[in-house]
Amino acid sequence: MALIWRIALALLVSLSAQAQERFITVASTTSTEQSGLFKYLLPIFEKKAGIQVRVVAVGTGQALDIGRRGDADVVFVHAKPLEEKFMAEGQGVKRYDVMYNDFVLVGPKSDPAKVSGTKDIVAALRKIRAAQAPFVSRGDRSGTHFAELQLWKDAGIDIAKDKGPWYRDTGQGMGPALNTAAAMNAYILSDRGTWLSFKNRGDLGIVVEGDKRLFNQYGIMLVNPEKHPDVKKEWGQQFVDWIISPEGQQAIAGYKINGEQLFFPDAKP
Amino acid sequence: MQVFTYELWPIVGLSLRVSLSAVGIATALGLPLGAALAVARFPGRSAVNVVLNALMGLPPVVVGLCVYLLLSRAGPLGSLGLLFTPGAMVIAQTVLILPIIAALVRQAVEDAWQEYDEQLRSLGLGRLRGSLTVLYDIRFSLFTAVLAGLGRACAEVGAVIIVGGNIDGVTRVMTTAIALETSKGDLGLALGLGLVLITIVLLLNAAAYLLRSAAQRRYG
Amino acid sequence: MILPLRLESVAYAAGGRTLIHPLSLELQAGASTIVLGANGAGKSVLMRLMHGLLRPTGGRILWSDPEPARVRRLQAMVFQRPVLLRRSVAENVLYALRVTGVADARRRTDEALREVGLAHAASQPARTLSGGEQQRLALARAWALHPELLFLDEPTANLDPGATREIETLIKAFDAAGTKIVMSTHNLGQARRLGDEVLFLHQGRLAERAPVERFFSQPQSPEAAAFIKGEVPWL
Repeated sequence: MALIWRIALALLVSLSAQAQERFITVASTTSTEQSGLFKYLLPIFEKKAGIQVRVVAVGTGQALDIGRRGDADVVFVHAKPLEEKFMAEGQGVKRYDVMYNDFVLVGPKSDPAKVSGTKDIVAALRKIRAAQAPFVSRGDRSGTHFAELQLWKDAGIDIAKDKGPWYRDTGQGMGPALNTAAAMNAYILSDRGTWLSFKNRGDLGIVVEGDKRLFNQYGIMLVNPEKHPDVKKEWGQQFVDWIISPEGQQAIAGYKINGEQLFFPDAKP
Repeated sequence: MQVFTYELWPIVGLSLRVSLSAVGIATALGLPLGAALAVARFPGRSAVNVVLNALMGLPPVVVGLCVYLLLSRAGPLGSLGLLFTPGAMVIAQTVLILPIIAALVRQAVEDAWQEYDEQLRSLGLGRLRGSLTVLYDIRFSLFTAVLAGLGRACAEVGAVIIVGGNIDGVTRVMTTAIALETSKGDLGLALGLGLVLITIVLLLNAAAYLLRSAAQRRYG
Repeated sequence: MILPLRLESVAYAAGGRTLIHPLSLELQAGASTIVLGANGAGKSVLMRLMHGLLRPTGGRILWSDPEPARVRRLQAMVFQRPVLLRRSVAENVLYALRVTGVADARRRTDEALREVGLAHAASQPARTLSGGEQQRLALARAWALHPELLFLDEPTANLDPGATREIETLIKAFDAAGTKIVMSTHNLGQARRLGDEVLFLHQGRLAERAPVERFFSQPQSPEAAAFIKGEVPWL
């Protein structure tokens, strides 16, 4: 029996120790992965530094939890209040702003709640609530979900209490939630990056954009090696440094879909 | 066709490597376990069998979560550094399919044992050697158990996406790639990948079927 | 020599039912013993008790050889439905010999297969044989072990008359070669053809034991008389 275990373990280790030995694990969000940013950005870094970047793309809340368990070396997410809590717990070394884009309110072109034409996201949400128009929520503790909850609060609506059958809490990533909204012809808050690269749009289009409350800031942190000794601090720090360096920032600005820039670098030098 | 420009083969290769490794380990453990449960008599045996049958329906997400917590740096096996590697996926799939293989083997051996028991004991065989003989004798029926395990392993997404992390080029397999393309709303590509997966599983089963019937013609 | 075999008040009960009431008898080498009785009389149970497949719930079974391993090796049993392994005909015989640890297994296998007329099928898958051939293979497997005592539990019950005759011929040959035959059957003609003495069981009791000729011409017990006449009042 002991022998079987040892063989099995050797097999597992050989499976996992394949290829690249120099790598770091980055816990990040579905929006950065699914918008195609990483596929564009990481090869540039990998080629330069010789360090493979393995991205686990989940919701911001879950990404931070992966960091809290020491299962990632770097977290790259977008929910500033949650990130600040993470820092306050001593889980991260230092938080850096990286880039921003914005959220957009997506909805059916027929616009049953008559919200298009305004830039005021808060007014738009009030109208949706008043019209009881179908609205799909991520409901998964992601950065986008967190932003959505903040916007309801800004609108003076206690969504936990006020939600009715019109408000669909899906508990899914951005993509699946967009699929759901497309199928239901519902309104949904999405980050612009995922929306631009999303293909199954059905009858949906952007109905509200440009409100400064729709600002979506991304931040990056090295997981604290003092708390989690397995963190690859040199390589992780190299990645963080590169992302906020002029070179990394330029690379981010260079990522475009159909000529449209998805993320706007704003790291402070 | 987009499916053909997709970086398909590394993903297919990893899918097969992970699933076949899991099936290999689960078979190595499940055969003796199932055979032992079939012939051993001990108190609580039927309870063990009920539990084993119930475990066949283990929710992959639960298995994924448990293996995640086990392999996490903060968990008891964290020092192995297996989380977010193919090795972690093999472990999760092994946990998922071991009960399937063990339970189906147990059933097959138990049925055969009814037939063989007296003859083998008449020849002077004990339970242990007898069960090994039965296991060898019904080896072609055991194919079905192993294939059931392989089917589950190949089709499974819930556990491997949690413990593997669906990392591009490292732990992305067919099912997690399908899940990702579905998330991106690229339903056509997702469906295309699904068809590729189904075709592969079909081919594996066809190969196993041919092997089995050839062997059966040979050995009766 | 493991014979004679002595049963002292051997009884067997299962599931709250007594299948064999306390029964004492002694089996000697030589004469072929036929166990007769209706369905459910306890024939199979008695054979399995003697062969050691069932453990008596009362009484004792005594062999003249005190060494259990030798006792096991020097007896064999052929069942109503032969259980053959999914291997070749020859492998089935070889397997039995290897389990018992016989030295010249290969030669003995060839011999046994020739004896039952299956030498030509040696490399054929055993499960593809006809019913009669399968039972002949089971006999070869038992015969190859060179047992002192051979139990046969209704060996021809599932066979057609032709195959039955072949099996009977083989049993006679084994008898002639000095193997003690203990066979259960409900075929009266077969009992006459193959037996020297009859053990007649009725509802788990030994109702009568007699030489074959006398059992059929002058049955002592009313149950045996009724059984022979084919009047079976208990069915």
